[in-house]
Amino acid sequence: MITQALITQAVAIAEKRAKRPGASVYSGRAITMIERSLYAAKSSNWLIIISGFVEPVLYLMAFGFGIGQLIGDIQDGSGNPVSYAAYIAPALLATSAMNGALYDATWNVFFKMHFSKVYQVMLSSSLGPMDVALGEISWALIRGATYSVGFMAIAWPLGLVTSAWGLLAIPAATLIAFGFASIGMAITSYMKNFQQMNWVNFFLLPMFLFSGTFFPVSVYPEWIQVIVKALPLCQGVDLVRSLMLGIIDISVLGHIAYFVVMIVLGLSFTTVRLKALFMR
Amino acid sequence: MSKSVEREAVIRARSLTKKYKDFVAVDGIDFDVYRGESFGLLGPNGAGKSTTMKMITSVSQRTSGELTILGKEPNNQGPEIRAHLGVVPQKDMLDRELKVWENLVTYGRYFGLPRKWLKTKVEELLEFAQLTEKRNEKADDLSGGMQRRLAIARGLINEPEILLLDEPTTGLDPQARHILWDRLFRLKEQGVTLVLTTHYMDEAEQLCDRIIVMDKGKIMAEGSPAELIRKYSSKEVVELRFGTDKNEGVAKQLEGKSERIELLPDRILLYTDKGEALLTSILDSGLHPVTSLVRRSSLEDVFLRLTGRTLVD
Repeated sequence: MITQALITQAVAIAEKRAKRPGASVYSGRAITMIERSLYAAKSSNWLIIISGFVEPVLYLMAFGFGIGQLIGDIQDGSGNPVSYAAYIAPALLATSAMNGALYDATWNVFFKMHFSKVYQVMLSSSLGPMDVALGEISWALIRGATYSVGFMAIAWPLGLVTSAWGLLAIPAATLIAFGFASIGMAITSYMKNFQQMNWVNFFLLPMFLFSGTFFPVSVYPEWIQVIVKALPLCQGVDLVRSLMLGIIDISVLGHIAYFVVMIVLGLSFTTVRLKALFMR
Repeated sequence: MSKSVEREAVIRARSLTKKYKDFVAVDGIDFDVYRGESFGLLGPNGAGKSTTMKMITSVSQRTSGELTILGKEPNNQGPEIRAHLGVVPQKDMLDRELKVWENLVTYGRYFGLPRKWLKTKVEELLEFAQLTEKRNEKADDLSGGMQRRLAIARGLINEPEILLLDEPTTGLDPQARHILWDRLFRLKEQGVTLVLTTHYMDEAEQLCDRIIVMDKGKIMAEGSPAELIRKYSSKEVVELRFGTDKNEGVAKQLEGKSERIELLPDRILLYTDKGEALLTSILDSGLHPVTSLVRRSSLEDVFLRLTGRTLVD
């Protein structure tokens, strides 16, 4: 006698999905990873979360309004005068999106991969590796986007947004956060120990200081400009600055394309790496 | 209905092999697991038990051979297969940042189960795992036995047909082990197929209808615990300790006294059907062991016979 296999709800859900292409890596339930992150966030240290948001605000105060007093107005990309604070505010908005995204996508992901082993458990349910990648990256981007909204809430009343295009800085920051979260998680998946993780920080500080954040990249010799402009933060700074100062041209589309490529690459690499690490 | 009952194989492996570069973790094994039974993979660390479990869960791809789980192919039907399985990993791997009930709900959500349905299911499982009172504690704050029970409850959230347990009682105290065994018995009564790995012989004897003994990636023997003991050991065993430096010398004198004799670094084992009688005759012959013990033969003895090594070293 062969007993008919019992069709439980979980089985019915998985079988419905099974006919779709890519079903072995993606079940369409990345959202459940975000639900998990919400539960975890409730009990995490709020001080750490807030500190990530405060950092760029402190830079804005110290450099924008402090040193800005000494500098006076400077010229934006198209030759119009703009206060120094308004010049660096977009850069700091892009930076806060980056910081928020990377905080989760690097250190938190590293901890989960090597110590708490939550990904192994997720992959023993009917989730696929791409659900995990997309879920974690989305959570990181939510954090990045939240930081940039918070920053905007301070920058706007201070009159640092000089164009109505500035509203689009929020979706732009979300795109930037998505890009950094994707690449950040992909890179983290190759890291084996804390020393290697520290290299990430070692790379981030100079990128923050020299990506056209506090002064235009035109001060560099030509060949250095080429390198700096290829860096993701520089692309992000240019994008947000164009929008907040209302200097809209074709380069905006170029920046967007840059981040789309970054997202696609990061997401694919992360999926492949999760498979290689936990499903070998 | 005819009396001959054809058993349905829920897991079927033929020449199943897993290699990591040059290392062969699982070396061409054949086995079937039938619906409703409790099936054990027994062997020391590194025998290939966990690798076999991972291949069944389809989180590890086999190098060669055949493997089907409920007729499905793990290489490309992973999520579908896992929807039928409950997995209790070796080190629990609970979500330590979350509370007890959150662990259950989130894991249920990974399967796509609706929140409303999970609400009642979680209560039922908390009850089953005797964790109702601990529902709001962080998973990290539970005792070892409770964490293991939570891991089992989590593995049951999708109402699996097959529950895979990787060393379910390793590291638990005797009382916690017995509570756990009791819970596993109940699941078996409900018709859940259990597949478990263990390196504890008493656990295999307690829980398993059928076992395979693995060593270095190969199957050494297969059968029910009683069958294996009958086939590879004697009814009883006399254990003698004369002191580390004397055991070897005494063992030579004892040769021929029993069906088989094993010399271990710390003791001598004599295999016989009449333990007490043998012990009396040894004592009468003027030998004075520091300690002596007559016991029932166990799977430990089977393993020793098959591999020449003890199981937990």
